[in-house]
Amino acid sequence: MFKKLSLFQIFSTIVLLIVVVITLYPFVHMLAVSLSGDVYVMRNQVSIFPKGLNFKMYEIVLGDPKIWTAYKNTLVYTVLGTLIAMVVTSMGAYALSRPNMAFRTPLTMIIVFTMFFSGGMIPTFLVVRSLGLVDTLWGMVLPGAVSTWNLILMRTFFSGIPRELEESGRMDGLNDIGIFLRIIVPLSKASFATIALFYAVGLWNNFIFPLLYLRSQDMFPLQVLLRNLVLAGSVSSGDVTRIGGDNQIVEESLKFATIMVSTLPILIVYPFIQKYFVKGAMIGAVKG
Amino acid sequence: MAQVSSTPNIAGKGNVNPVRRSKWARLWHNNKYLWLLFLPCLLYFIIFRYLPMFGLIITFKDYNLFRGMWDSKWVGFKYYRMFLENPDFFLLMKNTFLLGLYKLVFGFPAPIILALLLNELKNAVFKRFVQTVSYLPHFISNVIVASMAIMFLSPSGGLINNIIVSLGFEPINFMMKPEMFRSVYVLSEIWQHIGWETIIYLAALTAVDPRLYEAASIDGASRMRKLWHVTLPGISPAIVITLILNIGKVLEIGFEKVFLMQNPAIYETADIISTYVYRVGMEQGNFSYGASIDLFMGIISLIFIYSANQISRKVSETSLW
Repeated sequence: MFKKLSLFQIFSTIVLLIVVVITLYPFVHMLAVSLSGDVYVMRNQVSIFPKGLNFKMYEIVLGDPKIWTAYKNTLVYTVLGTLIAMVVTSMGAYALSRPNMAFRTPLTMIIVFTMFFSGGMIPTFLVVRSLGLVDTLWGMVLPGAVSTWNLILMRTFFSGIPRELEESGRMDGLNDIGIFLRIIVPLSKASFATIALFYAVGLWNNFIFPLLYLRSQDMFPLQVLLRNLVLAGSVSSGDVTRIGGDNQIVEESLKFATIMVSTLPILIVYPFIQKYFVKGAMIGAVKG
Repeated sequence: MAQVSSTPNIAGKGNVNPVRRSKWARLWHNNKYLWLLFLPCLLYFIIFRYLPMFGLIITFKDYNLFRGMWDSKWVGFKYYRMFLENPDFFLLMKNTFLLGLYKLVFGFPAPIILALLLNELKNAVFKRFVQTVSYLPHFISNVIVASMAIMFLSPSGGLINNIIVSLGFEPINFMMKPEMFRSVYVLSEIWQHIGWETIIYLAALTAVDPRLYEAASIDGASRMRKLWHVTLPGISPAIVITLILNIGKVLEIGFEKVFLMQNPAIYETADIISTYVYRVGMEQGNFSYGASIDLFMGIISLIFIYSANQISRKVSETSLW
């Protein structure tokens, strides 16, 4: 089975291995530090494997009710936001994909224009505010209900479905809504999954909406809490500061533990759903 | 078949005589369900995309939350003048432009090189593994990437500084040095998106006709020559399209990551238009001023992408529209 490898292939294999290491090492390192004993962290002895394995940091992080509230908020925003986004986006994209819809071209242009120009942060905030959406659940899910890019992507998906299927539905006496619900939706499950995942990741990671549109602490999603804990440096609860002698070092493992707790769901699920993302990106790539 | 096509004809003839109004009635009749499906989407775009554009008139007013948009006083170009006369104007423009330019110069070729390297791999399993791993950071939030960058670069016990110290150098306080910010930001962007951005090129690479490689081999072309004369021309449309898009986006640097990575000590290089708008508008409550700056930049950005598209249309016959 020995194949002759050219110099160029050896070179690219080495470079790609370096890329893999640079990508994965930060996560491995954070996991190792968060699982290690204080002493080893303080001496900077932890790199890939945890030393003095213990789950103290995770007990602290998971024992903090704020994390759970934030987790719950993020879940609610993500699930509800994805649902709303999918309903609005898929219906809109289907309508735009029908060549027989009147005013299709001007409507498409109106939508595409928003990819290049927007009112900006402040006028959008003022609209959200005047609708009374500030500090509400709806403020988290409605302003981002349609991503222009995802809409165009879905329209491309739907344009690829053969017209004959639609004709057969019409023969059976279905109107456009019936055709969409009974024929198009069941046929496009994979595309729905792809776009839903794009929306879900966007909502899960969203930081700017809560930054702009939320005021009360108990509404904050994970990303805002993370930023407050990790970046702004305000340690979550009194217990934490009292734990170690050298706060800074313990803080490091605590922060890494917090990061791991909020990232682990994505890291675990990611390998299984990765192909859907790539599929979506491919469609986008083909269409330009 | 004949029967099906003749039916609308008859219906059409029947509708010729009556009044013109029937044209609209027919339009409504034929489209009502599609329009109904489109309605939520249209409402979204009107409310959350076009209403804010309409709201840009506050840039010509002295907007104040209590008076509202209508009752606030007209002030003409006061805020635009204020921004142009602001001593920070050039600094902000420079920071925004340079950060975008560096991201373009270093961030644009990186995924092309990675895609070409991936394309050289013969082992499909290893190739898929590298791809899967390299896409991963694209799905990690900006908050986490910024946190990681700041913590790894920390002078007290940060991963990078530990390495620097173990090599016998003084630790560097990266996030406090204005001259380091652009490098840190651009590198973190590349780390985050290099893998994901290869997808478009990998897709283009699979479309290159294998017979071209065979023909080149028969002509005795070396690997590098094949790369230069077959592979690169094969993916050049993808490269050009991505380049236009990226040039158009030079001034649209994501707000989130810069905002999360900056601190007052490095505003000198790290403060860009969007973070300035946030501070002036959202934190200090000067809505009109903030929105004016945003609009000013939005228009410049629009000119940017338009020119990039025009140039590309002339030079390479590839364009976005």
